[in-house]
Amino acid sequence: MYYDPFVLPFTIALNLLLIYLVIKYARWIRSFSKEDKRIIRKNIFTLKTGKAIREVFLESLVHHKIYRTNPFLGYMHMCFGLGWFLLIVIGKIESLVYHTSLLNPPYFAIFFRFFHPAQETFPHSDTFAFLMDLILLMILSGLMLAWIKRLYSKALGLKRTTRHRPFDLLILTVLWLIFPLRFLAESFTSGTRGGGSFLTHNAGDFFNSFLPIETLAYPAWWAYSSALGLFFLLLPFSRYMHIPTEIVYIFLKNWGIKQGRKFTTFSQFQLYSCSRCGICIDQCQLGTSLGMKDTQPVYFLKKLRHHKEHATLTDNCLICGRCEAACPVDLELNALRISQRTDYTRITKSAYDYIPEKSGVQAKVAYFAGCMGHLTPGVIRSMQTIFTKANINYTFIDENGSVCCGRPILLSGNQNAASVIIGKNKTILKNSGAELLVTSCPICYKTFKEDYHLPIQVMHHTEYLRLLLQQGRLQLHPGELKTVFHNPCELGRGSNVCTAPEEVLKAVSHKLNTAYDGKKSLCCGGSLANHHITALQRTRLSQDTVNAYLTYKPDILVTACPLCKKTFAKTEIPVPVQDIAEVVAESLG
Amino acid sequence: MNFWGFSIAEARVIDYDKNDKSMATAMTHEAPASKLCIGCGGCTATCTAGNLTEFNIRKLQMLVKRGETQEVKQNLHKCMLCGKCLLVCPRGVDTRRLILSLMKFINTQNSNF
Amino acid sequence: MSVIIIGAGPAGCEAASQLARNGETVELIEKECETGGNLNNWYQLFPDRKNAKELSAFLRENIRHPNIHLHLGCEPVKIIRQSGQSYSVHLNDGTQLQGNALLLTTGFRTFNARRKEEYGYGIYENVITSVELENFFTNHHIQTSAGKTPQRIGLIQCVGSRDEKICNFHCSKLCCITAVKQAIELREMLPEAEIICFYMDMRMFGPGYEELYREAQEKYNIKFIRGRLSEASENREKQVIIKAEDTLIGKPIRMTLDLMVLMIGMEASEGSRHWAAQLGLYVAPNGFIQVKDPHFATNQTNIEGIFVAGCSSSPMNLTDTLTDARSAAMTIKEFLGKNDKNQAEIKIN
Repeated sequence: MYYDPFVLPFTIALNLLLIYLVIKYARWIRSFSKEDKRIIRKNIFTLKTGKAIREVFLESLVHHKIYRTNPFLGYMHMCFGLGWFLLIVIGKIESLVYHTSLLNPPYFAIFFRFFHPAQETFPHSDTFAFLMDLILLMILSGLMLAWIKRLYSKALGLKRTTRHRPFDLLILTVLWLIFPLRFLAESFTSGTRGGGSFLTHNAGDFFNSFLPIETLAYPAWWAYSSALGLFFLLLPFSRYMHIPTEIVYIFLKNWGIKQGRKFTTFSQFQLYSCSRCGICIDQCQLGTSLGMKDTQPVYFLKKLRHHKEHATLTDNCLICGRCEAACPVDLELNALRISQRTDYTRITKSAYDYIPEKSGVQAKVAYFAGCMGHLTPGVIRSMQTIFTKANINYTFIDENGSVCCGRPILLSGNQNAASVIIGKNKTILKNSGAELLVTSCPICYKTFKEDYHLPIQVMHHTEYLRLLLQQGRLQLHPGELKTVFHNPCELGRGSNVCTAPEEVLKAVSHKLNTAYDGKKSLCCGGSLANHHITALQRTRLSQDTVNAYLTYKPDILVTACPLCKKTFAKTEIPVPVQDIAEVVAESLG
Repeated sequence: MNFWGFSIAEARVIDYDKNDKSMATAMTHEAPASKLCIGCGGCTATCTAGNLTEFNIRKLQMLVKRGETQEVKQNLHKCMLCGKCLLVCPRGVDTRRLILSLMKFINTQNSNF
Repeated sequence: MSVIIIGAGPAGCEAASQLARNGETVELIEKECETGGNLNNWYQLFPDRKNAKELSAFLRENIRHPNIHLHLGCEPVKIIRQSGQSYSVHLNDGTQLQGNALLLTTGFRTFNARRKEEYGYGIYENVITSVELENFFTNHHIQTSAGKTPQRIGLIQCVGSRDEKICNFHCSKLCCITAVKQAIELREMLPEAEIICFYMDMRMFGPGYEELYREAQEKYNIKFIRGRLSEASENREKQVIIKAEDTLIGKPIRMTLDLMVLMIGMEASEGSRHWAAQLGLYVAPNGFIQVKDPHFATNQTNIEGIFVAGCSSSPMNLTDTLTDARSAAMTIKEFLGKNDKNQAEIKIN
């Protein structure tokens, strides 16, 4: 039996950690709603599990999404994730090949170089030694990058890196110590007894030239084991909980569990899955435009997890979703933020009884401009022109004033009120007798699609314009004007409508490609979801956004949302701001 | 039914000395921009709810400022928070935040009883 | 000693004539082909209903002076501040002018009403601006887009002024009294029509203004509703349907108008903005050029030798513009005198 007392810190801590995790996760999953449990049971033995395993490999180990954001950062995370994983797996295989018994204790593989007498060879022992050294080198190179990132985050393309709690800095130090200690322990052993490969062997010889490595080797193994043990013991209370939690989260997510409007134990999984990588920080325009340095999801989730006061952070978010789109862990950051907003309404079913149940002219297509749409009559006018020119039998259902779709009040956390409004509107929309509902407002569009469960099809006008173009119902005279498209938050990121507006715009103008296309678009600053920033701050944000688009020198700045259009109109812009419908209407013959 | 021939007459005067201004204090604290209102009525004109029912956001916040809170408590919940008023206010008053602050105040006060 | 004046609107003309009469040489530059600036767009002036042409002619007459060199249809392309107190101005026609002081009378521009999209200017046929209404007055003919005589006309005040939504926080001062004046003129042309002004505040600051307001109510039967227009729409008859709150009653009001006139506010002109930036002049948050002191130095700027007069520094009515121009002339005269004395002293030494 291979055993030495120095393995105890590692072994004890690992067992304690595993027990802790199993109990914690089991308790969380036990408090899932019946519906969520049903979803898990339904999907656990399907291909979705396979997809989850693939995602665990790609995200938890390779960190593929971080690569897309920033290759250096991706490599750094991959070194730790994949590197550590390979070190364990290949180490285990190595130990199995050597020992030829499946039942060797976990520590045997981890501390293999200590137990394995170097002279003794076994099949492919050189290859294993080489591989293990290679992986260790890879981890150490990642570690170097991590140091650089901490000291000069800009060198790695991050404008800002996360500010951590002192406790997290402690465990960070422990983590950083683990691999150098392993390197030292293996090198010292190799220098004394031989073995190892290009890295540890040469390093062993090198250390031997000036250090008493024979006496240092054993303490080094103790240090390595203790560092591992300490890391495992601190892990549950640190941000590194994300390592085990993210794996479970990926499975739950793939099975189809979603963050609802309330904060649940599934939300806990999300909270603990946040690695605090800080990728969300640079995405947040409250930070880049207004210098607000503590409201980004990483800090919000941190406060939430550690039960710190977070009322201001809860309110101070545009819910633009830029962080969500960039989050490598795929957390539902918008929903999490909204789940913390308190419902202060005391709404009864009769609260909105004043909403009239009107029934207008019956037609195949119902057009809904939305509340904000009535403040941008140019958009309404253009849509009317387009309907007429395309010979569409349509009815303008909110011509004499809209009733709110309910999403704004939902964004403010007042879920009961929202559902009463939604219920009211649903009846009206159903009674309209239309087969298709076209709206100009992305805010309405999102809630119509997600919360109304309407028996009729819902389209944003960008999608509808594409349909009309595809059907050849519009005779266009494409213009040569250069356009830049600002995809509204609720449309692109919020409702996944990216190609429709781009195709339409390409058909009527010379659309310029920008770094802000599709889901990477900026927030106009007009968001109804922020309850914290002042009017002046909104203006500054919108100015910065406009300036970012203007660097491409377009002739027209195009958007597809009345709220964005009104917000952009606040500042004087050298080029016109138009809705996509206006651009199309102008190019009609 | 009025059996006794008496009724409690509604006060004809805003008794500014006696009125409870704690709601106003809370409102200006939570939504400082509410102080900027010049009473132009743009919000009420555009208001979805106000065009369909007895709900006047301009008057409502003005009443709060004078300590006349009864009407506020009766009507506040009619707001749909659609934010149109926010887009027309020439003074940049965060009307949605104003409403939310009043809701919060009323809600937390009621739960104290 | 010579002075270069950029902009031959009322302020530029008046300052030029005052300086010339006091013995200075003046180079007066105007980008348009005639002098007068925004005054040329007006028909009658408040409060006395003087014909704008009369004042225009008076100003034009005054600048016929041997000391004034008028450069019409010219724009400066480059202004260089030379050592000592001297400015060299290059015009787009190739002329190079030398001056010892520079006076910016670059004036104002009217607000682009399309920016208030909810009012429907440029979208609805019967929404016009106060400037366009003056045009109607000049032609002595007023009608809707369909060629009908308007039965009900609404004048909307504070369009482009006092509005955070377009980042114009300032009051343009003149729109209130312009609305009153235009309402009276409308009444004179259309005795039967209903004429209604929508206002946030009536700011009758000038002499005779409040009296004119009274007269508008009493004699001309103009109605005033205290409420700001929130949005407008158009019906099939191309009438404008407006939404406001009658704040004095406390209820939303809807109304159909045959013609809606937007009383557009004043903003710093492109010229003011451009040259302020080029010359390094301080600009107030409202976009107008900042004067050195609001009490003691209303014509000086942060740069010695560069002066402002009229609406380049803030919205002003014509009375104040002309007064300001005369004040600027006096300030410049004093400056040039000091300069002269300094130069003489330097020579003696």
